Amino acid sequence: CGTHKMNLFQSITSALDNTLASDPTAVIFGEDVAFGGVFRCTVGLRDKYGKDRVFNTPLCEQGIVGFGIGAAVAGATAIAEIQFADYIYPAFDQIVNEAAKYRYRSGNLFDCGSLTIRAPWGCVGHGSLYHSQSPEAFFAHCPGIKVVIPRSPVQAKGLLLSCIADKNPCIFFEPKILYRAAVEQVPEEPYIIPLSQAEILQEGSDVTLVAWGTQIHVMKEVAAMAQEKLGVSCEVIDLQTILPWDTETICKSVVKTGRLLISHEAPITGGFAAEISSTVQEECFLNLEAPISRVCGYDTPFPHIFEPFYIPDKWKCFEAIKKMINY
Amino acid sequence: SSVVSQSDSCCFFSGCSRRPTSPSNTILKCDLHRLEEGPPLKAELTRDQGLQYYRTMQTVRRMELKADQLYKQKIIRGFCHLYDGQEACAAGIEASINPTDHLITAYRAHGYTYTRGVSIKEILAELTGRKGGVAKGKGGSMHMYAPHFYGGNGIVGAQVPLGAGIALACQYQGNNQLCVTLYGDGAANQGQLFESFNMAALWKLPCIFICENNKYGMGTSVERASASIDYYKRGDFIPGIRVDGMDVLCVREATKFAADHCRSGKGPIVMELQTYRYHGHSMSDPGVSYRTREEIQEVRTKSDPISMLKERMLSNNMASVEEFKEIDVDIRKQVEEAAQFATSDPEPPLEDLCNHIFYNNPPLEVRGTNPWSKLKSVS
Repeated sequence: CGTHKMNLFQSITSALDNTLASDPTAVIFGEDVAFGGVFRCTVGLRDKYGKDRVFNTPLCEQGIVGFGIGAAVAGATAIAEIQFADYIYPAFDQIVNEAAKYRYRSGNLFDCGSLTIRAPWGCVGHGSLYHSQSPEAFFAHCPGIKVVIPRSPVQAKGLLLSCIADKNPCIFFEPKILYRAAVEQVPEEPYIIPLSQAEILQEGSDVTLVAWGTQIHVMKEVAAMAQEKLGVSCEVIDLQTILPWDTETICKSVVKTGRLLISHEAPITGGFAAEISSTVQEECFLNLEAPISRVCGYDTPFPHIFEPFYIPDKWKCFEAIKKMINY
Repeated sequence: SSVVSQSDSCCFFSGCSRRPTSPSNTILKCDLHRLEEGPPLKAELTRDQGLQYYRTMQTVRRMELKADQLYKQKIIRGFCHLYDGQEACAAGIEASINPTDHLITAYRAHGYTYTRGVSIKEILAELTGRKGGVAKGKGGSMHMYAPHFYGGNGIVGAQVPLGAGIALACQYQGNNQLCVTLYGDGAANQGQLFESFNMAALWKLPCIFICENNKYGMGTSVERASASIDYYKRGDFIPGIRVDGMDVLCVREATKFAADHCRSGKGPIVMELQTYRYHGHSMSDPGVSYRTREEIQEVRTKSDPISMLKERMLSNNMASVEEFKEIDVDIRKQVEEAAQFATSDPEPPLEDLCNHIFYNNPPLEVRGTNPWSKLKSVS
């Protein structure tokens, strides 16, 4: 199979292209997707597949998701785009009350499993309050949907195709800062990366580092720093699927290392690190050498001018590792 | 002073191609929805008023162009949505309401921040994220506020239910104030607008809903976004007026009419201001991939709000060319000084990061990026 150099938005386009080619019921819609999208994820698709399959919606997130749920229930593979994850909240009711509970409340008579919602996610350097948010924790609290966050082009294409194929409504958050910055050789043919399986990027024996999306790249740097400056061997794990999350891989790793650091940009209180921390201390209490560490955003709205100070950078994570090692 | 009267010649925006090219004493008639009468057919413009409107609009224009320049120099970063081209809306509305009335708008808010009383200095310093900014540097372009001016809102359409709520407070307190609630043609399709229309009409709230229709929601033209582009009719059971938003007198008279309607207890009213923005949606949008340069140029030459007012006053001998030049020079100086301040003022201190999350007394602790780092939050 041939691979092609692609950045993150191109790998998304490739996944969508594969989907539209193989699934005649697939449709893509959202604000400005027709000309290619504000992040260029849908470039060329309308010309290739027609304006009845790739079309714009007006500015109405609640309407977009509700409409997507309806289309999915009726049998279409509906791929809805929300322009920024920060704007997903008008659709929150539709996602939580309608999409997530459809199969359950109809006793499996109906479902909207062929719905996938995509949204750009995470900090971008200058996004400020409403173009930087990471809302995965809000959705992690909702049984019935899946939440997935890739770290790179190869992961993105495989995970997105998995979400589209998955028979449950999925939310796919794309780290916007990586759209152009992350470049890899990505297979042109479709392929699947299974959901709910965390990936161990680097094995280690002293500390387990867990993150997802952009933050994984920070963790890889931190692992290198820890090895070089402290002689500490870190195991770096990309969670990939936030809901349902791979408890087994994380717990097995913590049993081995005895120390866990979880990091995300979203505010610390009620962030997804809290769920991981809670579960791990239940399962691995006697294996822990130090309290579980969370290095996350501050409990403030995502700031305008203070962003470089706000984000959980490699220095803060490194500090956390030092404290755990010396506990 | 000079009396200007209405004519019923159609304008560029209502779909016709001809606009009265002679700077005559006419303002255009408004289209009406569920109204027997509209704004009066005659309007008065005194010399002082004319010069004041000119000054206001020219200040907003120069301020926005300065922001454009600072953005390109990367002194302003992040998102920046400029208002040049639409000045007559802000100036005309402010001319017809009281400072004690309330106003709320979306993110293209620098013009309204100025007309509602914030200095150019504080606006530019907020854009550059300095502590002298009107929101102490913590909000940026989309989040500027002042007494009786509620911003400055980033989420499209979210400000409209808020505006209805402010109007409710006015009604409840019986203070004869009203709320001007602005939104764009893009927001006109948000569900929460229709919820607001319903509540406002049901309870006869003193709310003027104003749609600033600049023909494009980001890059989507109105025809491609809306099943009906008669935004003044979208309130359905709420009366509506469609107004030439490039003529400051037209805007003023229509807003006065709307204000009287609200204050007399008749309930809400919808106004559509047909206007145009010269810049793209934001500084990351060149603004020419979804419209032609010719179109932008045509509006600049035939319908620019500032030129139109100036020509009207000149042709009626209400002011001289030199006087306008003096005003221009003075405004340039003020904007330059403000830009100086905005580039030299220090950024807000790190202690400000966690302030004003909650109302709390005494200061509370805010958890930081790791368990042992906590910051103080003062409110």
